[in-house]
Amino acid sequence: MKVLKRKPELCIACHACESACSNTWFKEDNADKSCIKIKEEAKGNVIISCTQCGECISVCPIEAITRDKNGIVRINKSACVGCFICVGFCPELAMFMHDDYIEPFKCVACGQCAKQCPTQAIYIEQE
Amino acid sequence: MNIEKLKSAHKLLNEYKYELGKIEKGYTNRTLYINVGDNTIKEKPVTQLMKDKFIGGKGFGLYYLWHAVTPETKWNDSENEIVIGSGPIGGITQYPGAGKSLVCSLSPLTGMAMDSNVGGYFGPLLKFSGFDALELQGKAEKDVIIFIDGNKGTITIEEAPEEAIDSHILGEQLTEMYAENEEDKRNISVVSAGSAANHAYMGLLNFTFYDVRRKQIRLKQAGRGGIGTVFRDKKIKAVVIRFAGVKGNLNNADDQGKINRTGIKLHKEIHDFDAQQCRMRQVGTANIIEVMDQYDLLPTHNYKFGAHPDTYKISSKVFTGMITQNTPDGCWYGCSLSCAKAVDHFELKTGPYKGQKVIVDGPEYENAAGLGSNCGIFDPHAVLELNFYCDTYAIDTISYGTMTAFVMECYENGLINKEITGGLELNFGNAEASLEMLHQMARGEGFGKLAGLGVRNLKKIFAEQYGADPVFLNDIGMEQKGLEFSEYMPKESLAQQGGYGLTNKGPQHDEAWLIFMDMVNNQIPTFEDKAEALHYFPMFRTWFGLNGLCKLPWNDIIPASNKHSDEPAKIPEHVQNYVELFNGVTGKNIDKEQLIIQSERVYNFQRIFNIRMGYGKRIHDAIPYRAMGPVTVEEYLSRAERYDGQLKELVGFNPEGKSTEEKMAALRAYREDQYQMLTDAVYKRRGWTMDGVPTIEHLQSIGMDLPEVIEVVKKHL
Repeated sequence: MKVLKRKPELCIACHACESACSNTWFKEDNADKSCIKIKEEAKGNVIISCTQCGECISVCPIEAITRDKNGIVRINKSACVGCFICVGFCPELAMFMHDDYIEPFKCVACGQCAKQCPTQAIYIEQE
Repeated sequence: MNIEKLKSAHKLLNEYKYELGKIEKGYTNRTLYINVGDNTIKEKPVTQLMKDKFIGGKGFGLYYLWHAVTPETKWNDSENEIVIGSGPIGGITQYPGAGKSLVCSLSPLTGMAMDSNVGGYFGPLLKFSGFDALELQGKAEKDVIIFIDGNKGTITIEEAPEEAIDSHILGEQLTEMYAENEEDKRNISVVSAGSAANHAYMGLLNFTFYDVRRKQIRLKQAGRGGIGTVFRDKKIKAVVIRFAGVKGNLNNADDQGKINRTGIKLHKEIHDFDAQQCRMRQVGTANIIEVMDQYDLLPTHNYKFGAHPDTYKISSKVFTGMITQNTPDGCWYGCSLSCAKAVDHFELKTGPYKGQKVIVDGPEYENAAGLGSNCGIFDPHAVLELNFYCDTYAIDTISYGTMTAFVMECYENGLINKEITGGLELNFGNAEASLEMLHQMARGEGFGKLAGLGVRNLKKIFAEQYGADPVFLNDIGMEQKGLEFSEYMPKESLAQQGGYGLTNKGPQHDEAWLIFMDMVNNQIPTFEDKAEALHYFPMFRTWFGLNGLCKLPWNDIIPASNKHSDEPAKIPEHVQNYVELFNGVTGKNIDKEQLIIQSERVYNFQRIFNIRMGYGKRIHDAIPYRAMGPVTVEEYLSRAERYDGQLKELVGFNPEGKSTEEKMAALRAYREDQYQMLTDAVYKRRGWTMDGVPTIEHLQSIGMDLPEVIEVVKKHL
């Protein structure tokens, strides 16, 4: 299974990953619409992204979240009723909501962000 | 299950087509009226007055009911209505507990307006189909099913002779019949009753939702006050709704982002704290069984005692082991508190479905306490079997439990005997007898049929026909206003006596549950403190019913901020959440004080509705002494140290050398007096006369001075 892996100690908080992600999926450069988030904290930079753990699959009341054949956890947006339980219950805080949409969004390990990362702080790995 | 055969027996009585509506800021601005007597189907506009004064849900239900009936109307007159509606916030999917339907009708038990709230998908789907409420009036000649297709814009009334009556079968049949395919089943919700509602006055309504994981229907209950009995009296077999296309923004809220953020905040709290707090996701409301026992608050043996050595046999731990589920269940989308529990593959040992494996929706706390400990039944299998049959036969578990406990005490005291019960040995603890009585109720036979009339009627029958002492019956019969008490022991908490007694519909804890504030945390020591609590909490809790909300996510999960708040019992952060939700949906700009006034209007309207029906006065707020103190020597002696101490410290009565009877009399005089003083303080705080009538000045000050309301009040001032 493909997963986006993180090495926060290498992160320089350039936020290129956020731009790459929001441009890929929402056609705009907007960190609030990125499926990866970089938080600059006193103790160092934190990279928030989905580990494909699947906790959200079990809390979805309508079975709109499933794992695909490649192991990626995906949201079926047409079935989603926009309850956002998955956002509140994500152990990584990596399920996101934006006011412009009534469904949540998350990383599907497409790797576009990793291509833009200048320090290899994020990379795609096969598990 | 041959659905085609069932369907082919249907006879179409009327079909109505309507324009699909659009929801604006939580309202469709339209309601649906159906008369099953003459098969009228029509739409009604929602007026600005309705929205301003009554908000929605229970407010709309009471408003329509008021105008449908006269002071002479009885529950089984054709003009009596059943009104079902959600509320402006109802149907949002982001905040836990936002899918409730409120059901109002004149009750067979109380003769007054009853309101009952229930989960399941019906209320939200009704709104998405274009209607803020549904009024059902008239009486059909033969059993009918009403089907609302919220996608096609059609409503039909169909004669339906062959379907089952009992809900666990009927719900499946109709879900199968009206869904277009397996995927569509989640879009169906069925309202139905059951065979015991044909005979008993304590009939309930089941509301279904389709459980996509189990691939079966689940049942949630509008339990209180016999509305299922009215439903069957109207010969309605079911109301079915279908709406495909639920999304998170169908309420067309003024500020969806605000709602989303408020919801996510609570989801996160529940994720972080529920496992350490109430364990709603793990075990649901049953989490408090042993806690109640520990504090001497779990009713056992018809509320004689608050604890029992055998409680461990029906503790939450036992039920946790019996609950089977793949994931915590909510009764509407987005309820991460997920208190809905079920036991799968439960093999029935008795009754018409004996040997079958079924889903039991439960156990809820009330069921374990009412069907279990209050009847001295500490057998978890029996509790679940009673739970299942009550649900599918459409019997309110609370009324059934409290009534059975009463009948058992009467039986043990020799007030009724085996001859009267038709051989049922109704001793405390006899689960077999309780189950048989329930099956009789469903068959409309024997003592079970009689028992279904409820405690108030049984007291009269036992006294008049069997010579039982009416004073003793009134002391131990745990009903008020005709409704059976719910399952908390109020004896040692004056505030909770008020919480039960000073209510509109009867002794149900949905208005005020003050036992812990009063007895455990000692937060409301004076009469004024108690009166303030008995003003604030009933008003605050009324508001859930105006908006289509569930109470549990308010205080069954506590935010981190609460320990620093000045009024922890109110859960201020969550109160503010509700203000945000209301403003977010409707675009209005209320604050927490205006929230209370919204409730006060409807609360006072309901009080005056009771007065209009010939009740609603101080005399009707009296409660049986069993709710206040020890009726029998056995009870006194079981807690003699406590009572002796109170006589010395509170009453100024030296118990030494006195007989138990003398001590009981002194305690009784004191406690009854306390209740009267509390009543005075509460009426004053609520703006009512000492006879319990809202004053015109108060009605003007809260904006509930409608001419029809003032006209009723005037006659009683």
